[in-house]
Amino acid sequence: MPDKYHIKTQPIPPRRPRIGKVGVVDWREDCANCHNCVKKACVFDRYREEMSYIRGLREMDAVFFQCMGCFSCVQQCTKGLLALSANPVYERLGNTYWTPQIIETTWTQAESAKIPVSGAGYRGRFSGPGFDSMWTDMSEIVRPTRDGIHGREYISTAVDIGRKPALLHFDAGNAASGLPPLVDIPMPMIIDMLPRGYRLPNLLPVIKIVAAQTGIIAVIDSKDWQLAGNDLDQYLPNLAMYLDTSAPLPGRELLIGMRLVEISDDGNAERRVHELKQINPGIVVAVRVELDSGGIERAVEYARQPFVEVLHLVADDNGNEIGEKKPRFIKDMVRSVHNSLVESGIRNEVTLMAGGGIALAEHMAKQILCGADLVTVNLPLLIALECTLCRDCNDGLSCPAKIGEIDIKYGVGRMTNLIAAWHDQLIEVMGAMGIREVRRLRGEVGRALFFEDLEEATFGKLFGSRKNN
Amino acid sequence: MASSLVPEKIIKEGLPDSTLETVVPQAEVQRVIKPAPPRYRNEIAKYIIRRSADCKLCGKCAEICPQGVHVFKPGYKYFAAPHQSVCIGPACKDTGHYCVDLCPNKALRMVENPMMRVLGDYRWTPDLILATWKMAETGAPPPPDYGYEYECGNSGGGFDRIRFKFPASPPLELGPDDIDTSLQLNRRNDGRPQIKIDVPWYGGGMSYGSVSNVTQLSKARAAVAFNTFTCTGEGGYMERLRPYDDHTITQVATGLFGVREETIQRVRIVEFKYAQGAKPGLGGHLLADKVTPSVARMRETVTGISLFSPFPFHSVYSIEDHKKHMDWIKHINRHALVSAKVSTPSDVDMVAVGSYSAGAHIVHLDGGYGGTGAAPDIAKKNIAMPIEYAIIKVHDFLTREGVRDRITLIASGGLRNAHDIAKAIALGADGVVVGTGELVALGCLRCARCESGRGCPRGIATTDAELQGQYTVEWGSQRIINLYNAWRIELVEILRRFGMRRVSELRGRTDLLMHLDYSNDTEQAR
Repeated sequence: MPDKYHIKTQPIPPRRPRIGKVGVVDWREDCANCHNCVKKACVFDRYREEMSYIRGLREMDAVFFQCMGCFSCVQQCTKGLLALSANPVYERLGNTYWTPQIIETTWTQAESAKIPVSGAGYRGRFSGPGFDSMWTDMSEIVRPTRDGIHGREYISTAVDIGRKPALLHFDAGNAASGLPPLVDIPMPMIIDMLPRGYRLPNLLPVIKIVAAQTGIIAVIDSKDWQLAGNDLDQYLPNLAMYLDTSAPLPGRELLIGMRLVEISDDGNAERRVHELKQINPGIVVAVRVELDSGGIERAVEYARQPFVEVLHLVADDNGNEIGEKKPRFIKDMVRSVHNSLVESGIRNEVTLMAGGGIALAEHMAKQILCGADLVTVNLPLLIALECTLCRDCNDGLSCPAKIGEIDIKYGVGRMTNLIAAWHDQLIEVMGAMGIREVRRLRGEVGRALFFEDLEEATFGKLFGSRKNN
Repeated sequence: MASSLVPEKIIKEGLPDSTLETVVPQAEVQRVIKPAPPRYRNEIAKYIIRRSADCKLCGKCAEICPQGVHVFKPGYKYFAAPHQSVCIGPACKDTGHYCVDLCPNKALRMVENPMMRVLGDYRWTPDLILATWKMAETGAPPPPDYGYEYECGNSGGGFDRIRFKFPASPPLELGPDDIDTSLQLNRRNDGRPQIKIDVPWYGGGMSYGSVSNVTQLSKARAAVAFNTFTCTGEGGYMERLRPYDDHTITQVATGLFGVREETIQRVRIVEFKYAQGAKPGLGGHLLADKVTPSVARMRETVTGISLFSPFPFHSVYSIEDHKKHMDWIKHINRHALVSAKVSTPSDVDMVAVGSYSAGAHIVHLDGGYGGTGAAPDIAKKNIAMPIEYAIIKVHDFLTREGVRDRITLIASGGLRNAHDIAKAIALGADGVVVGTGELVALGCLRCARCESGRGCPRGIATTDAELQGQYTVEWGSQRIINLYNAWRIELVEILRRFGMRRVSELRGRTDLLMHLDYSNDTEQAR
């Protein structure tokens, strides 16, 4: 049996107290001190844990929020003194896109490396904006394979990054032109640069190890390169340098070691590619296209150029079109680039990486269904380190999560756990879809259900046109 | 299509008739509605009255309140804890006995319970949970006084945005007794028994392991009282369920846990579980902690080891394989109807027709937002379509194929109350399967901890000996009977307002519905 892609993980507990969704409000006055205190009866033993937690505190740093929200103590207290309340700290986590639920589940995955599992049915809204307006399909009988308990063992998540020629030319039986270089990574994910403002100097050494351990690639800005540490040689295959317009060409020894490099989409892109290829013909060059109002057109235009191998389409942190009042969402923008490349018959020749707003494992699967070959991820890895996206660091304030002080083992462990959990979840949805290779998931809208289409085909037929609200 | 089936008389060669008779005397449960008060000391109320230090203990509030919220026992110096949950809230203002206004010392204040914010979720709003509890307590829809908004959830789509267009007055005056809510389950005319249930719903499959046997038995007794069915789920068939054989569906799911020919012969309906809405395409998962010795014995497995039901049936990779499966069951139990429970992929309409041609009597669609004892969060939210779409698709497709009246279409996956049931039927289902609603009647509040550690802290979805002792079968069955009764009253009321004599008249009547997000100006909508 060939080697399977497997990410080694181990549980990495959080450094800070957990922030739960609900807390218990306890009016101790009027307590009858009865001997059958419901606190002793807590099924999850939370009160005892809270006591020992508080006992161990040197300073009051946070409130203990480990309540599971079952209401049993509230409903059983002899005097009815207990109440549950929404935790305001929890509700302040993140922002409207990076919701408290997203932050919480990211933390859990970064701790345990496991697929989050819970009881009871789905609790959320019927559908929503962005990635919530689509579902992945499943198949009643089609499986990836007939083997294995679930067939999951045989699902491949590997992708190739680079240009794939539509046809090969032969000259007297020999290939007339060499094959363009390809980078293959075991999972359709690349670690993108953190947004400016979040680029803490101690994160790059962590990220480079994570990329190497998981076999994926991390993009690092050439301006920050020095921060990644001195021992970069062994990590070069898992690093991709980003060169913006003004960045000088990196040294030969770096370029020889790297497999992927990324450049900005200014007018010099073609010249840049040639310069880079001259030093290392085996390197793959990605062109980073920021998805602003003209982003889609530029991307499609680039894809037609023979020198372009990979396009990295980047929306803003929330997956929105950059700088627009009524922005389109990343999944729709990538879908439109994908579709127009399909129409021109050149989709297979370029690789599309898409980033911005990829917050959950399901977004990875959905983005690929909408036409990306792979996704790029940044903020979730930061959230894995217990960041709450409070943006204090952007304003020059000190980080409440003290991310500047983390040790390497913690950082690497948490990020690796998150990536492993995402990988497992990707396999889970692919298993349900009956798709054996993530390469085939790309643009496979036959395995996706879109809110608009379903509404139109069912309610639209019955009830007329949908109101815009 | 039907002609491709093996004729019944050929199958009959197999087993002697005597093996198929019910051998255990069947339990009788009367459909009696009696109060089943909540089992917790402090109920959660929508509105609470706060008493300030200005109270002079005059006792006037206790005197005037017809609900008995304030408890001032003779001989006691202070008020006892109030019965907050019977307070009808601001609706009381116009009744002439509003304690807040009448208190001579202005010591009372009414506030909406802040805990309502942490109770429930978008699909099961706090009002819906409280109303369901009230129905399970009293056996009737909660009086409008309480101000519960329980006809819809707050999910912003699907059933929650669909409303009935009731006529100003019923086209036909009917009394509640003139209205028939029964549902015929066998429409194939294949010589198998006609099974009629009194209400157009039956209980969903919950295995022993995912829920306690108290829960299973409570569901079974309610099913007997309403002449409908409950389902064993995939986890074996408890001996204690035998007196309810005639109202039990046994499930044959991919793990085949506890499935024996003998258990298949006990029942009148056998259900093939191909997939479950909450985790379509993934198979089942019983976490290790819930595999207690008794669960392990029932499932013939090892204590403390997680159990996976694979996906899919490894013997079914085509409609032909599916037919072979059906024939196997039909051969083993020649009196049983067969149901195929499937999830809702984009080709659900083809799957439904396939099930019909393979010989199913019932095709049961379990939508993406359905219940579960444990499922990956990514699956609950993202895989397969919500049931609302699937009902419309399948009903249309079966109609166009000309087989709609030869198969019973059952929908499930997020149906929470009588209004959802009626809407599902109006969209095209014949009947529905309910699950979470029954558990809420038993005291579930959807804290989503069914899977953690020893299981449900409320003692419903657990096999922990201590936790499952929190309520008795008697109480549990009364709660579900009460809930069923309240639902039936509401369903009858809906039919009465439309002037319909039978629930079957409602099926597919999308012209009686409107969708709040749509223009509602199509031919049929007018």
